Amino acid sequence: MPAVQETVERVKRIDVDQYRYGFETLIESDKAPKGLSEETVKFISEKKNEPAWMLQWRLEAYRRWLTMTEPTWARVDYPKIDFQDLYYYSAPKPKKTINSLDEIDPEILKTYEKLGIPLREVAMLEGLEPKPGEQDPNRRKIAVDAVFDSVSVATTFQAELKKAGVIFMPISEAIREHPELVQKYLGSVVPTSDNFYATLNSAVFSDGSFVYVPPGVRCPMELSTYFRINERNTGQFERTLIIADKGSYVSYLEGCTAPQRDENQLHAAVVELVTHDDAEIKYSTVQNWYPGNSEGKGGIYNFVTKRGDCRGNNSKISWTQVETGSAITWKYPSCILRGDNSRGEFYSIAISNGYQQVDSGTKMIHLGKNTSSRIISKGIAAGKSQNTYRGLVTAHRKATGARNFTACDSLLIGDKCGAHTVPYIEAKNSSATFEHEATTSKISEDVLFYCIQRGLTQEEAVGLVVNGFVKDVLQQLPMEFAVEAQKLISISLEGSVG
Amino acid sequence: MPLLEVKDLKVRVEEREILHGLTLTVNEGEIHAIMGPNGSGKSTLSHVIAGKPGYEVTDGQILFKGEDLLAMAPNERAAKGVFLAFQYPVEIPGVATMNFLRTALNAQRKARGESEYSTPDFLKKVREVSKSLNIPQDMLKRGVNVGFSGGEKKRNEVLQMALFEPSLCILDEMDSGLDIDALRIAADGVNALHSPKRAMVVITHYQRLLNYIVPDIVHVMSKGRVVKSGGKELALELEASGYAQFEDAA
Repeated sequence: MPAVQETVERVKRIDVDQYRYGFETLIESDKAPKGLSEETVKFISEKKNEPAWMLQWRLEAYRRWLTMTEPTWARVDYPKIDFQDLYYYSAPKPKKTINSLDEIDPEILKTYEKLGIPLREVAMLEGLEPKPGEQDPNRRKIAVDAVFDSVSVATTFQAELKKAGVIFMPISEAIREHPELVQKYLGSVVPTSDNFYATLNSAVFSDGSFVYVPPGVRCPMELSTYFRINERNTGQFERTLIIADKGSYVSYLEGCTAPQRDENQLHAAVVELVTHDDAEIKYSTVQNWYPGNSEGKGGIYNFVTKRGDCRGNNSKISWTQVETGSAITWKYPSCILRGDNSRGEFYSIAISNGYQQVDSGTKMIHLGKNTSSRIISKGIAAGKSQNTYRGLVTAHRKATGARNFTACDSLLIGDKCGAHTVPYIEAKNSSATFEHEATTSKISEDVLFYCIQRGLTQEEAVGLVVNGFVKDVLQQLPMEFAVEAQKLISISLEGSVG
Repeated sequence: MPLLEVKDLKVRVEEREILHGLTLTVNEGEIHAIMGPNGSGKSTLSHVIAGKPGYEVTDGQILFKGEDLLAMAPNERAAKGVFLAFQYPVEIPGVATMNFLRTALNAQRKARGESEYSTPDFLKKVREVSKSLNIPQDMLKRGVNVGFSGGEKKRNEVLQMALFEPSLCILDEMDSGLDIDALRIAADGVNALHSPKRAMVVITHYQRLLNYIVPDIVHVMSKGRVVKSGGKELALELEASGYAQFEDAA
């Protein structure tokens, strides 16, 4: 029996309802026909059992998209995408069943080992079947464990979330079960007309997550811990919507340090965050999509629109990202600081090696009074890669007392890569205080030799120096991921020197 | 067997020959001083022994405990017991000294097939060693050499020497950038580490340092060769008469 199907069977045996917040593994055999048309959009909507209003919303986006052209301002170079030559919907493929870790490619196992991912999770990521009754005493509390062997973990987590009133489910379910919330917030931060890729996403998004945290609730767990491995099943057009109601708090992590491959080259996700008065969202990303081979062939194109709206007073949104994968990254997690005294933060590590191209940064849009923002960006370019920081900080004329601090540091490894910094700063009132610092440095031979003389290999030396360089950002990540991310950074730069 | 044997070593940097057949033998427990004017090749010698890239050995050999040192990667040499105290120790921002020390020590132990230190064992060891050298714990929490004074940087080198327990320590112009008090503190540290099993090669311009670290043998280098070797009185002689007398000898 294929692994995914087996999973579904097991979950059914446990209790379907317990599993509603887990990932959806419907086995569907059909695929939408190639190309994009109103029929494709209708097909997707139908597959998802969506209400009429949702289909209408998608169709409007699709019609809008037809009138738009691809943006060309980013410092990335790739062959023209033929949008009619893509599939926009296909059911997730069942994983090949394997019976033992011995059947996994030893190279892949080595990567997991370097990342420090427990074998139990490797088993999950690679679709290994557990032996009946097998338990790992050291396993971490991740909900996906529930799928395989334990009722207790899933029920504990879900009971906890339910008790707190937190809604956490696939967005496709939220559309059916909480239409009032979805209708109120979907597209309210990134409108369907926002940009070429966001509009495309609005028309054809496959799935993603929905989170609603009610007033005054502090989400009782890092949703990261819970969500970690499910992520691999979200498709190429992911849509995420997180709402933190008054005085609430939630921390969410997407992605995975484990290497991820996907047959779909084009990825265009949209993430929308909304915080009401006194609420806070902390959103962390670790992105390690396939970057292409050593000649720069293949690799994921990652065109992402992420935006948070600090809608209420004293609200806060904090983005932290570690970007190591993808052939092309085009991504600017931003904050609209609408509420008075609201605060936006952007902490980023963007690493490019081989032929990767990264154009990433943030926008901090100060609209409310006494709003503040902080940007710490660390770009590391190695191999023949190009790494651009592009950032906008703007203060509206009513945004009196707006403050921003930006520090953009770039580190070059070798002499065939490039680092670029493109800051845009606009202050429309005289009381705004904006500070911008930028440095570019090359990893020095002397520093490497010093470390090597002390017994480190060349690669260990590079890893150590780079991890020192990105320390300020790493410490913003949830603890358990900081350790993995640190190892991931070293692995990403393997073979970058010497 | 000598600890270190440098035999007829010829070294080029970018087509220019810097060492023209240098020979040097260091036995366990000995302290050697290598003196000479700028450009005589003193630092080149220390870099080649440690394996710094950018130098081309065109002739000769270096044996360390009887093994071909030039065939080893620089980190292997470190694991075998070669330690170079740098003239200008580098700064590594964001990497706490403590973390650096542990990473390096464990890398060396791993290369030697020894077990790596656990965190508590390492902390115990580093506290012991830094206490014996009068190094404040606070220094270990700061980034490697970041914002350190000249004296602190050199003490950090001595701390590493004490922690890694190498059998050969090469001190490259240890006195540069130090005032007299800092010099004394650093030299005291070095002296405390001298043992019958451990040899020191002290590279310096000035006799001054040798008042604190007293050598068994002094070598004078000029134009890429050792032109004279003698006892510690040779250093005093040099201080009085300068290097000019050796320029022709080379």
